[in-house]
Formats: sequence, structure tokens, C-alpha cells
Amino acid sequence: MTNVLEVDAVDVAYGKVQALTGVSLTVGEGEVVSLLGNNGAGKSTTVSTISGLVRPQQGTVTAFGRDITRATPWSIVEQGLIHVPEGRRIFSRLTVHENLLLGGYTIKDNSLIESRVREVYDLLPRLADRRAQQGGTLSGGEQQMLAIGRAMIAGPRLIMLDEPTMGLAPLVVAQVMETIAAINSAGASVLLIEQNARAALKVAHRGYVLDSGRVTLTGTAAELARDPQVVEAYLGK
Amino acid sequence: MDYVLQLILNGLFVGTFYALVALGYSMVYGIIKLLNFAHGDIYMLGGFVGFTLLTVGSGALAGGGGIIALVVVMALAMVATGLVGLVLERVAYRPLRSAPRLSVLITAVGASFALEYGVAVGYGPNPRAYPVTVGGGAVHLLGARITYAQLVMMAIAVILMFGLDTLVRRTRSGRAMRAISQDPRACLLMGVNVDQVISRTFFIGSALAGAAGVMAGAYYGKIDFLMGFIIGLKAFTAAVIGGIGNIRGAVLGAIVLGLLESFGTAWLGSQWRDVFAFAFLILFLTVRPTGLLGERVTERV
Ligand SMILES: Nc1ncnc2c1ncn2[C@@H]1O[C@H](COP(=O)(O)OP(=O)(O)OP(=O)(O)O)[C@@H](O)[C@H]1O
Ligand SMILES: [Mg+2]
Repeated sequence: MTNVLEVDAVDVAYGKVQALTGVSLTVGEGEVVSLLGNNGAGKSTTVSTISGLVRPQQGTVTAFGRDITRATPWSIVEQGLIHVPEGRRIFSRLTVHENLLLGGYTIKDNSLIESRVREVYDLLPRLADRRAQQGGTLSGGEQQMLAIGRAMIAGPRLIMLDEPTMGLAPLVVAQVMETIAAINSAGASVLLIEQNARAALKVAHRGYVLDSGRVTLTGTAAELARDPQVVEAYLGK
Repeated sequence: MDYVLQLILNGLFVGTFYALVALGYSMVYGIIKLLNFAHGDIYMLGGFVGFTLLTVGSGALAGGGGIIALVVVMALAMVATGLVGLVLERVAYRPLRSAPRLSVLITAVGASFALEYGVAVGYGPNPRAYPVTVGGGAVHLLGARITYAQLVMMAIAVILMFGLDTLVRRTRSGRAMRAISQDPRACLLMGVNVDQVISRTFFIGSALAGAAGVMAGAYYGKIDFLMGFIIGLKAFTAAVIGGIGNIRGAVLGAIVLGLLESFGTAWLGSQWRDVFAFAFLILFLTVRPTGLLGERVTERV
């Protein structure tokens, strides 16, 4: 299996705060990889470094065989590496439809954007019903679906989702996970950041545990689900 | 009756070129929350670029070519001021994108002085008479009078405004502009080259101000290096009346302001003209800071 993403020994500091120390991880083609960790462990910093929002002091990031450590965020998106940020970041004063169109900003072919928007509406009919509504008026779950749908318009080869189930009811969590599984079976690799380890390990093939900016544990989803450390910290007894 | 109509026509004419300036003010504020104090000076620069072009080209376009010359000159002045705006953003504002608001504001005031006194050095401090004025043929409408040149300039302004409105509402670039005004960081994740879109915004806003500068030169018949100062404040007022950051609001605010001035000066005398703008600025900032068309925010937090 070839890797679509390789993060190698990355260090990130925000001023004096060391957020990541020697973080390495990989995502294989077609794989769903979960990144677990407590608040402040450095999960968001890791994905932001990959998507070019944050610059590492050390280490390299390689996507689809190319070094993207110093690439601009927009050129990273152009390569099909899409980051769905923490807190959804819907454009609240644009309509649902405009939010989706913006997801296709790097695509020059308008008919391709149109057809992908239609696919998203088919997959997520609630969005279709609300297409003319301002993004800010959607419920939390709908906003999350919009954030994921928006990322799909770009035609992701690797999609990174930062806590997509945060604050959602169990039924909606299941729906989000189903959507992620659907994106994966359509061919995209997935890096899934979660605190909800139970839900994440159900869809993931492999996982990493991040603690205070270091990778402390890695293994297949089944191994992690059995690991006493993970069970104690993230899965309850 | 005809007198009232004349006041309305005058107000609308002045309102349209206030609107061209207010649009750039409002767009720039909308996208990067910067009060670009140098914006009025871009308008002044447009006036001077037009002056130079008309002076140089007067031989070629002597006689009845006044209106055509004016249109060509307006287009060239727009390109020139657009480029100046682009450079201004690149060298003065972009390096301060994440600096405190106050530093950026001081830089904007500095940029304004640089443009003003740059032009004063180049052209001398005294007012210059505009080589073309909007005299000539006129339409008489129920006793009121408006010249062809005024009509042409208003038509151009209206076309520019419609063009801008369509750009902002319907195109990929326009969507990106609106999105950046809400969340620039999220735009990066959509693959938007945010710097490029901001540059484009400065170009467009400055080009519109440049067009207005030429209009003003032709209308008032003279230009001077400080003419941008008052208009900057008026454009700001218009933007505030309409709801700053709102494109249609800026136009509405400018028209309202133009009409107010027209009627106000007829009533109290022209020495009071500028007082209206500032009285309304203060009124709106106190009573309705979001303006007439201020963003109707329906955000869930
Ligand atoms: N912009 C910033 N400036 C300074 N420190 C930051 C910044 N962003 C994150 N940090 C710090 O870096 C560390 C890692 O933060 P990060 O947001 O990556 O954690 P996280 O694992 O995503 O947490 P959460 O689960 O709460 O989202 C934290 O200690 C945090 O305070
Ligand atoms: Mg986080």
C-alpha cells in the first residue's frame, strides 16, 4: 500500500509553547486513520500543519509523494488534500449553496462543480432543502454535514476531519460516521481526529494516540480498542 | 418645481461619484476591516492622472471630442489608480495584516500624507484647472438642466456599480471576497489564495475611486492635492449611512448624502455643505451604527 500522507518527525511551537514534538504518522491509500487525544494534545495543530496553516520548526510533510512542508494552503487544497476544520467554520452569511460552491473554489470546470454539488445534495438531502438558507441558521449537525459536503466538492483524495462529531447527538454522530465511511468507499483516504474514540475506532482501520504533543501509541483499530491505556482514557470501563 | 428637480439631479450626480468612492472604502473595510484613510487620496490621484492625460492628449482630441476623451481618460485613470491601490496594499498594509489595528490605522494616515504630498511635489501645491469641464450641450427636463457629459458620467458610474454588484454576488471571486470578510482562515482551507483576492479588491476599489476623481475634476473644473481629504470623510460617511461593508448600502448612503447636501446647501448656503455629511455621520454612529442596510446577522453562536 502506498502512503498518501507521510508526516515525519514534525516539531511545532507557538512562541514558547511547544505543541508538537517529533510527530510522525502515515495514511495509506484508501485508509481511514484516526488520531485520538485529549484536549490540548496537539491534534488540531497536527492537521493544521499538514494543511499549511501552521509552519513546523522541524520535520517534513509529504502528500501524494510531494513535499508540502512549505507549500501554501491553497496549493495543498489544489492537490486534493482537504481539511475540514474544528468548529465547522461555515460561512454563516453565505447560503448553504454558496458554501458548497466555495468548496469548489480550486476547480476551474463549473460543470464539474455543479455535478458534485448535486451528488452532495443526493447524499445529504437536508442540505438540498436548505440550499437558499444562510449557513449560520443551520443546526449544529446540519452545519457539520455542510462542512463535510463542502469538502467533498473539492474532490478530496485525502480528507482530514477535525472533531466532526463534537457536540452532536448520538444519532447525528452515527450519521456523520456513515457519511465518512461513504466518502472513504468512494475512494478518498481519511484522517479522522476524534475525542470520541468509540465512534472513531468503529470506522478507522488504524489509529494514533497523541499525548502532550507526542505520539504515544499506534496500532490497528482493533488493537487500540483493546489497549488498556486507551480503554481507560477514552472508552470508559 | 423645476428648482426642486434641479436639486435632485445635482444631488444624484454628486451622489454617484460619492458612491464610486464609498464602494472602495466599504469593500476594503468589509474584506480586511481596514479603514483605508488613503482611499480619498486615490480619488485625488485619479483626478491628477486624468488631468495629465487630458493635457497631453488635448491636441489629439481638441474640439468636440470632449466626452469621448473623458471616457477614455477615465478608463486609463482607473487602471492607473487601480495599480496604485494594489501597490499600496502590497507594501503598506499586507506586512501589517496581523499587527494591532492602531498600527495599521497610523500606516493608512501615513500613506494618505505620502500620496497627498507626493502629488503636491509633482504638480505644485496650487489648484489646477481641469482641461475639460462638463459644460457643453445639455438636456432640459421640466425646466431642470443636466449636461450630456454629466449624463455620460452618471451612466458610466451606474454601469460600474452594476458590474461590481454582479461580480460580488454572482462570481467565484465575489463569493471569495464575501467569504474572506467572514473568515479568512477558513477561506485558505477552501483553496482561496486570500492575498490575491485582497489585491483584487484593492485594485477594483481604487479603480472606482480613480474614475470618480476624473468625474469630480470635470464637474468642479479644478483639482488640488488635498481634494481627497474631504471626499474620504464623505465616502466614509456614505458607507456608514448605508452600513459599512455592504456594497448596496454604500451606494444608497452616497445617494442619500448627495441629495442631502444638494437640498441642504440650497436651503442654508453652500458654506454649510460639508457640515451635513458630518452631522449625519455623527447621527448614524450614535443612533444606528449598522447603517440603513447594516448586516442582518442571523448567526447562531
Ligand atoms: N494559536 C495558538 N497560539 C498559542 N498556542 C496554541 C495555539 N493553538 C494551539 N496552541 C496550544 O497548542 C497545544 C495544542 O493545541 P491543539 O489545538 O492542537 O490541541 P487539540 O488536541 O486539538 O485540542 P482540542 O481537543 O481541545 O481541540 C495546546 O497547548 C494549545 O494551547
Ligand atoms: Mg483541536
